[in-house]
Amino acid sequence: MKATVTVMLKPGVLDPQGKAIGHALATLGFAGVGEVRAGKVIELELKESDPARARAVAEEMARKLLANTVIESFRVAVEGA
Amino acid sequence: MSVQPPVDATLARSFGLSAEEYAKVLDILGRPPSLTELGVFSVMWSEHCSYKSSRVFLKQLPTKAPWVIHGPGENAGVVEIGHGLAAVFKVESHNHPSFIEPYQGAATGVGGILRDVFTMGARPIANLNALRFGNPALPVTKRVVDGVVRGIGGYGNCVGVPTVGGEVNFHPAYNGNPLVNAMTVGIAAVDRIFLSAAAGVGNPVVYVGSKTGRDGIHGATMASAEFGKDAEEKRPTVQVGDPFTEKLLIEACLELMATDAIVAIQDMGAAGLTSSSVEMAGKGGVGIDLDLDSVPQRETGMSAYEMMLSESQERMLMVLRPDREDVARAIFEKWELDFAVIGRITDTGRIVVRHLGQVQADIPLAPLADQAPLYHRPTVDAPKPAVLNAARVEDRVGLASALETLLGCPDLCSRAWIWDQYDATVGGQTVKRPGAADAAIVKIEGQAMALALTIDCTPRYCAADAEAGGRQAVAEAWRNLTATGARPLAVTDNMNFGNPEKPEVMGQFAAAIRGMASACEALNFPVVSGNVSLYNETEGRAILPTPVIGGLGVIDDAAQAVGIALRPWLDLVVIGASRGWLGQSLWLREIGGREDGAPPPVDLPAERAAGDFVRAQIAAGAVRACHDVSDGGLLVAVAEMAMAGGTGVRLSTGPRDIPGHAYWFGEDQGRYVLAVAESAALIRAAEAAGIPAVRIGTSGGAGLTLPDGGTISVATLRAAHERFFPEWMGS
Amino acid sequence: MKAGIVLFPGINRERDMAIALERTSGHAPRMVWHTETDLAGLDLLVLPGGFSYGDYLRCGAMAAQSPVMRAVRDHAARGGYVLGVCNGFQILTEAGLLPGALLRNAGLRFISADCHLRVERADTVFAARYQRGAVFRAPMAHGDGNYFADEETLDRLEDEGLVAFRYATPAGKVLPEANRNGSARNIAGIYAPNLRVLGLMPHPEDLVDPLMGGEDGKPLFEALAAA
Repeated sequence: MKATVTVMLKPGVLDPQGKAIGHALATLGFAGVGEVRAGKVIELELKESDPARARAVAEEMARKLLANTVIESFRVAVEGA
Repeated sequence: MSVQPPVDATLARSFGLSAEEYAKVLDILGRPPSLTELGVFSVMWSEHCSYKSSRVFLKQLPTKAPWVIHGPGENAGVVEIGHGLAAVFKVESHNHPSFIEPYQGAATGVGGILRDVFTMGARPIANLNALRFGNPALPVTKRVVDGVVRGIGGYGNCVGVPTVGGEVNFHPAYNGNPLVNAMTVGIAAVDRIFLSAAAGVGNPVVYVGSKTGRDGIHGATMASAEFGKDAEEKRPTVQVGDPFTEKLLIEACLELMATDAIVAIQDMGAAGLTSSSVEMAGKGGVGIDLDLDSVPQRETGMSAYEMMLSESQERMLMVLRPDREDVARAIFEKWELDFAVIGRITDTGRIVVRHLGQVQADIPLAPLADQAPLYHRPTVDAPKPAVLNAARVEDRVGLASALETLLGCPDLCSRAWIWDQYDATVGGQTVKRPGAADAAIVKIEGQAMALALTIDCTPRYCAADAEAGGRQAVAEAWRNLTATGARPLAVTDNMNFGNPEKPEVMGQFAAAIRGMASACEALNFPVVSGNVSLYNETEGRAILPTPVIGGLGVIDDAAQAVGIALRPWLDLVVIGASRGWLGQSLWLREIGGREDGAPPPVDLPAERAAGDFVRAQIAAGAVRACHDVSDGGLLVAVAEMAMAGGTGVRLSTGPRDIPGHAYWFGEDQGRYVLAVAESAALIRAAEAAGIPAVRIGTSGGAGLTLPDGGTISVATLRAAHERFFPEWMGS
Repeated sequence: MKAGIVLFPGINRERDMAIALERTSGHAPRMVWHTETDLAGLDLLVLPGGFSYGDYLRCGAMAAQSPVMRAVRDHAARGGYVLGVCNGFQILTEAGLLPGALLRNAGLRFISADCHLRVERADTVFAARYQRGAVFRAPMAHGDGNYFADEETLDRLEDEGLVAFRYATPAGKVLPEANRNGSARNIAGIYAPNLRVLGLMPHPEDLVDPLMGGEDGKPLFEALAAA
């Protein structure tokens, strides 16, 4: 079962990469782009068939390693859940 | 599985083999090749692997000296530097991949040259690079510069090898074909050099490093073809570098090299498993059986053809002593790297490749090497440009204004924006960082001695007269080493040229080699390794001929190395003759708006005499700062010394028989500016040795006081010097 | 003081650190592999610079989960000395031994250049050979040295005197132009509350020899050697 962990910098943490992307988009002529934030998506192939358990284990992974909760927040999506 | 195309002359052509070359394949095998065999022939006989157009010329280069341990033909050159140690070094190009994907192209270029060096048992201690980019006004140039610089830094910084030097030029001739030449220098014990010749029938052939994927298939043939408009479509063949794995590979290989387990070792560079296995077995005069089912694979369903031609990075092939397999396995497992026995050495003289129970290739190795194509390409010598009469070139701007313009132009401005992105201090042995001296100085850990390292070429000279330019590139590298006090030892060269099938391009190549050979001979500065990159053309337009020279020297006491930074109250003396040579000078191009005339000639006996004199003066402790005179001439050299030391200079009047702008901005060769406490003794010693020496000024104050009455502050010079890159790149 | 250098895969300034420690103490440090768990007999643990695990995911994130880090935590809890430089600082924050995090440099580029550090307090075992308010030079070489913590944490660090060094001008002024990586309040290094754990981004270990351009970093190691 596939779990997808999305890791984003918390609101309020400066995201220079997002800022640079926003600047580049404006340079390319894309008007009307507000704030841009850049994050990471991590796909996990889990040997687990119960969506609730899959979510729990993915959340634990995110807390322990995939995200640094000092600066980042995360969101877990489980396929078919 | 995909349907395999029929293997015939048409497919061979698309793999880069000519009709005659394909006929030779049929003759060697006595039957049509399999797809895998055709792949093996095509990469082994590509320009990149076979040097088929350049070999006849490269033979003219001197390669021997008492200190040379291994010259061209090994993974890198090896020279003895004393105390039982050897320096191992080479330069290699990654031009084509760096245009298609600048970051990864440059990064994998650094990774590849590092492997060439540590494969021989050396710990890499320094990286340098020579870069050529197109017109800065084009957006594509900015993108390429940004990506290449990030890529070099991204890889070199991560593996922990300091990037200590390099050079950058811009010219529209490189618009569609930038040059990225990377050089690595390592240190090994003289009696612990590892070579690639396989030996020992029955010995295991071991694959270590990263897994194999479908990366960069036919990269070697791509490096041997011109760019067309379809360069964009070639993107998927670019490899991705993993410097973390490279770092582990360095440590694991060096750890294994401290044992007696390795019989032979070779990195998997261009043409991957094919060239490494063919070269190892071929050099050893043995045969090799490979079982591709055992190759660590990153992707599923890979064919034998794909595995043999994959250019996945960070992989090595080794032949081990059979009783040491477990020792080796344990080391690679400790470093969390793949380790697989994928074959055996045989006595058949053939390479036999099996996959899924079938023989996919069975080729006799001797004819694959011996019958590799060798071309005597026709050459045409370009007409030599006339010598420019400096007296007929008018100066409309004066010295101060010209100096400010020159110091700020893309070819002469501060490179701090670039080198600030390269870790120059990791290892803790960097005595002179980029910009501090004419050559980088890197100490040998645990020894008093240091290496001096430089990389040089002046393509505008080569374009005007390739022979004079080739000679000048070698002389400048030698001069840069000398200016630090080092004893120049040897050269690695990277020949970047256009399409060798064009007689005028091959003429440039032949002429550059002639010039280089004469300088190497006269300066006792042999070529010990190198690389040839041809087909540097986009839509039929060639780059400037660019024979890049990487120079290595040694200084017995690192504390004696001299930099360019000026201190106050010193006399400045120029060593070597100044005649006011403006042809092909930067002043002529940037101020006069012309690129013409003959380039400044190098007088080799005078070069040798001036250099030997300067080195002896430095060794005697008489010299506080030293800078060679190159791009921009005398006044630029003095200004660079002033900016580096933060002190001004009061300059004396030049000779009456040379126009001021020609004297101060002319690019006569074989010259150095020395800063000494007292000039009289130095000038007497030079005169006694028959070497021109003239006092040109005294340091001190806050600015340059020019002989035409103009003044300019060091702060103004610095501002002009440092402006271009940060403004251009927007940071 | 008996020192050990912790080696994670991808670390690359362990030799620089070993040279600095040996040059000032006369003793070669012990090299500790990341899978080791017995650190008995070591007074100082040094987490050196480099790119542990390639800086993949986040700088220091994977090294912080290594078996040796449990032992490092125990060592710190017992009042042992810990020094983390560059990647080592990043690992210490990821492991929770120091607060905050190191983000990408404000300019999004790797910075390899000398910086100047102002000593915020000299009454610690690390800074004892400097004067309070003194400025010393150190090379920096990092892509992710932009110190971040929330305002509350920053205020606490200031109130408790846990800021070790700040980026400053050569004259000792703490100004934005001296802060090339964009760190919060120009912070270059911080202490744990017991002042026995120090993390900093620049590399004093690369400036302990006049031949390499100076000895500005030497007092830090001399102080440790004498402690």
